Amino acid sequence: MKVRDIAMARSGDKGNRATLSVIAYDPKDYPLLETVLTAERVREHYRDVVRGTVQRYPLPHLGALQFVMNDALAGGVTRSLALDAHGKTLSGAVLDIELEGDPA
Amino acid sequence: MKPFRIGSGAGYSGDRIDPAQDLAERGELDALVFECLAERTIALAQLRRSHDPQSGYDPLLKERMRAVLPACARQGFKVITNMGAAHPRAAGQAVLEIARELHLTGLRVAVVTGDDVLAWMREHDVPLLESDRTVRSLGAHLISANAYLGAEALLPALQTGADVVITGRVADPALFLAPLMHQFGWKASDWQRLGQGIVVGHLLECAAQVSGGYIADPGRVDVPRLADVGFPLAEVQADGRAVITKLEGTGGRVDRLTCTAQLLYELEDPGRYLQPDVVADFSGVRLREEGPDRVAVEGATGHPRPDQLKVTLGYREGFIGEGQISYAGPGARERGELALAVLERRLELLGLKALEHRAEMIGVNAMHGPWLGADREPYEVRVRLAVRTATRAHAQLVGQEVEALYLNGPGGGGGVTQSVREVVAAASALIPREAVRCECQVLEL
Repeated sequence: MKVRDIAMARSGDKGNRATLSVIAYDPKDYPLLETVLTAERVREHYRDVVRGTVQRYPLPHLGALQFVMNDALAGGVTRSLALDAHGKTLSGAVLDIELEGDPA
Repeated sequence: MKPFRIGSGAGYSGDRIDPAQDLAERGELDALVFECLAERTIALAQLRRSHDPQSGYDPLLKERMRAVLPACARQGFKVITNMGAAHPRAAGQAVLEIARELHLTGLRVAVVTGDDVLAWMREHDVPLLESDRTVRSLGAHLISANAYLGAEALLPALQTGADVVITGRVADPALFLAPLMHQFGWKASDWQRLGQGIVVGHLLECAAQVSGGYIADPGRVDVPRLADVGFPLAEVQADGRAVITKLEGTGGRVDRLTCTAQLLYELEDPGRYLQPDVVADFSGVRLREEGPDRVAVEGATGHPRPDQLKVTLGYREGFIGEGQISYAGPGARERGELALAVLERRLELLGLKALEHRAEMIGVNAMHGPWLGADREPYEVRVRLAVRTATRAHAQLVGQEVEALYLNGPGGGGGVTQSVREVVAAASALIPREAVRCECQVLEL
């Protein structure tokens, strides 16, 4: 099972930082996301993208995790050479992370 | 008290107009907000204004006004927008021009200025945020500097009774907070209500992103009639509690998922969302589905506002030259890799190698780097080379080199495109609140 089977994601930009929201379709599955998607795990997954640290904000009452990925947008939207300068597609990658076990 | 109905007519400068018109006609609105300024939009508008003194406002302003002013005049709702961009006064005149064209009478337009702090920034060498440079280091490359105004700057305009309020740079959620403060008499130090007003603004500021846009993933997140996605509105109570919804008959969906995704969009610390009017705290926000396409929002609060305002500076930063070419079928990836190796060598020969550049393959590693896609074999790849250069002439060489792969590169390449663009970059700084002087001017038909 992958993150994609129990959650959706959306990313956004703030200067040279990318934000990444992972939201459980069913809030009951949130604890599994919280266990697997640590800041370290997410940073490891985005190793080619994120040059800085990753902060995680758990929001259990929303069934969501919020990540802030520092130095992740090649200098920021307005000057980056990247095709997706906003890092909008970054949300797709987190969905591919394997989860152990079954949804609750 | 009857809830205040506030609609979102645009989530960015180029957004669709027909859903905004539908909201204006059928939404029974009290206010309709158009948020149309991205980070560097003002810098680009400033460049346009330098060529044509009567331009510098949003290119779609007139079209939008043509679409919604008749309903505004008939029903009496307020239109509030940052479409003034680099020239709010000219934008105000353009609105009057459209009103005349539509034979509307008695329309009043309030123009709010004061966000332009370029002169102050040129005199004070303040540090750039997220950088070890200062404003002075941008030198002659600096194009624009605009402070993020708050709802505080818009209230005098609303108090004039104007039908349309036009500004330049204003914090996006403040465009929504201002009419709420005006309607309900919320005090500028009522941090809890201001925080709740900011969450409403934040949920609405990207328009369809809360009502079914930018979320569909077939089979997992299905969105009814996505092509007809409706723009959202909020029904806000005097205590700040609100319901996010959309018009009956429109496509899209408003539910826990769409609202959570938008609540968290571009949010950093959920407990400290810095705004000119308040440090909003979304950490306790609750979303509750209370009916089809209706989500109740409550639990936001706030803390005292920051002493300084954020400023976005636009500056020229050279050029980007880019070229792309595709390879397809068996061996596409290997031929693409060979093309990249040829291009790297050519950059060296041309003396462009030392410049910042990206050489990559769309379909393999252009989005997230080499690691994530390493184990998948694409049917087709698109080689892409992008180089930052100091001059336009150098930038042109980049596309030319990619094009030359037709006759000089690996076999079977096709579909070359090339482009050169001047880079207008954005940086941020802070300005003391008292250095920003806002003015409001009312224009009448």
